[in-house]
Amino acid sequence: MRSKSHIKDTKGERIFYLLNGLFLTIFLIFTLYPLMCVISGAISDPIPVARGEVTFYPKGFSLRGFEINLQNPKVLRGFGNSLFYTVVGTVLNLFITVITGYVMSRKELPGRTAISFFMAFTMWFSGGLIPTFLLVRDLGLFNTRWALLIPGMLNVWNMIVCRTFINSTIPEEMFEAASIDGCGYMRFLFSMVLPLSSAIIAVLTLWYAIGHWNSYFNALIYVYEPELQPLQLYLRATLIENIGDLSDVEASTESLGIQELIKNSLILIACLPLWILYPFVQKFFVKGVMIGSVKG
Amino acid sequence: MTTPSSRKIVPKHSSLLTRIRRTRALYMLLIPAIVFLIVFHYYPMYGAIIAFKNYTISGGILGSEWVGLKNFQKFINYYEFPLILKNTLRISIYTITASFFIKLILSLSLNCMRLEGYKKIVQTVTYMPHFISTVVIVGILIRFFNPSIGPISKLIQSLGGTNRDLMGVSEAVPHIYVWSGIWQNAGWSTILYLATLSSVDPTLHEAAIVDGATRMHRVWHIDLPTLIPTIVITLIMDMGRVMSVGADKMLLMQNSLNLSTTQIISTYVYGVGIASASPQYSYGAAISLFNTVINFSLLMIVNTISKKLNQAALW
Repeated sequence: MRSKSHIKDTKGERIFYLLNGLFLTIFLIFTLYPLMCVISGAISDPIPVARGEVTFYPKGFSLRGFEINLQNPKVLRGFGNSLFYTVVGTVLNLFITVITGYVMSRKELPGRTAISFFMAFTMWFSGGLIPTFLLVRDLGLFNTRWALLIPGMLNVWNMIVCRTFINSTIPEEMFEAASIDGCGYMRFLFSMVLPLSSAIIAVLTLWYAIGHWNSYFNALIYVYEPELQPLQLYLRATLIENIGDLSDVEASTESLGIQELIKNSLILIACLPLWILYPFVQKFFVKGVMIGSVKG
Repeated sequence: MTTPSSRKIVPKHSSLLTRIRRTRALYMLLIPAIVFLIVFHYYPMYGAIIAFKNYTISGGILGSEWVGLKNFQKFINYYEFPLILKNTLRISIYTITASFFIKLILSLSLNCMRLEGYKKIVQTVTYMPHFISTVVIVGILIRFFNPSIGPISKLIQSLGGTNRDLMGVSEAVPHIYVWSGIWQNAGWSTILYLATLSSVDPTLHEAAIVDGATRMHRVWHIDLPTLIPTIVITLIMDMGRVMSVGADKMLLMQNSLNLSTTQIISTYVYGVGIASASPQYSYGAAISLFNTVINFSLLMIVNTISKKLNQAALW
């Protein structure tokens, strides 16, 4: 729109746009470079990788890293566990966030301000790590899957974003019209609010799913049973503490290269699910985030 | 707001009891959230009183003996207390300032980009790192700074720099921590600013163009003022978190060589309260409480100042 302006760019303007484009390109490269290094390090031939010759561009081609990872029962188990925590956790999160957001969007609710404060206060003041840890232990959630699902069930900030979205997209007249026709609060939630809130539900799904898929800290302190651990803990052992199945491989150049291939492809395997999820959510993003957070 | 038809359902003038009865379905829906918040947020706040006690497993929260401020004194008199405090504040303020400027410049720059297709590409690519987990980020960092195979280490060496592993150099690790965070989140963090910028009335820009304003003028006099309320709100929220740098990323970056800059309050609490063979629950709880109270006070102060200056405020 602005580019079709009938006023021609002055020389200064052209320089400005040129420098601006240059800045964005530098930022693009800054972001892309490490990602490309990981991708190249995952699909190249092991020998140049071990010699440290592979940076931005791949050299040779090999999928052995992926093959070895996909045959590793620990990777598969971690992946399956993470998938479970992400799907079940996100569904629980969505359920409680949306119904609470809906209730808080109803202005006629007696005591709404007080309840609102009761909820928001938890964003600014918390009992801290140790009391929460002791609570989870005393509730008997240690070493169970629940320890990774229940303690983060509701994110108050997300609930506020959801409430703001409902308030600003669903006109009050709609509720009035529905209630004259005898529609109660429950029915209004299921037949009007939910279908009209797909944008915010998509955004919340992404936020919660990122949280579940990527978190490791709660699993580290609450779950020591390897059978129950998410993929991130396996990644931590392999990528950071350098322990696990890789140390016993003999140290020839090729096996060193294969270890690198395994690690880089493991990184990609761990990133893939969210990179696949994002494009589905992207088209809702503008609407969801903008309405939810800007007015919030 | 209340039209006659909505008064039919919940009349404003009816008694509180009637109004509660009419909205009982809403209260039912609220039960899960209230129960959750009481159990997992308010109960731990009550549990935080163990900071003033000497918590033992047999005694529990109520039965353990009171020790007053002993745990707080122990932390303040701990010989590494100034170092831990300094490390925490350094990481936090460094992160807040650096990411704020990058986010601001990147948003303004993206907003000025006229090639819509290229803008989309830059946005999509810069969003990608946001989806990567902390473990993977630190894993990538460790591998990139590996002197024998890491691309960044190779780059530094080819420019005549050090061939040491920078993840073990205590002075380098805070920079790595902050800039890897920027790499990960800068693109994503522009979403809110770009959303705010898109709310500018286009006629404002058109009028400015007719009056001969360059794009730079318009950035300065239209775009930037539009962002100010959002900036104030985000900075207030940052203030409320200035002492709480999360343990998760730092814990992964810590090693015995860099502890002098990477030991922060949250990792120390984790160390003494959970990871230790004989965990000191009360001591850990006292440090967290000390931290929370400072954060909360800072938030109140900044919010009050912001209100006085007639800027945006949280409440």
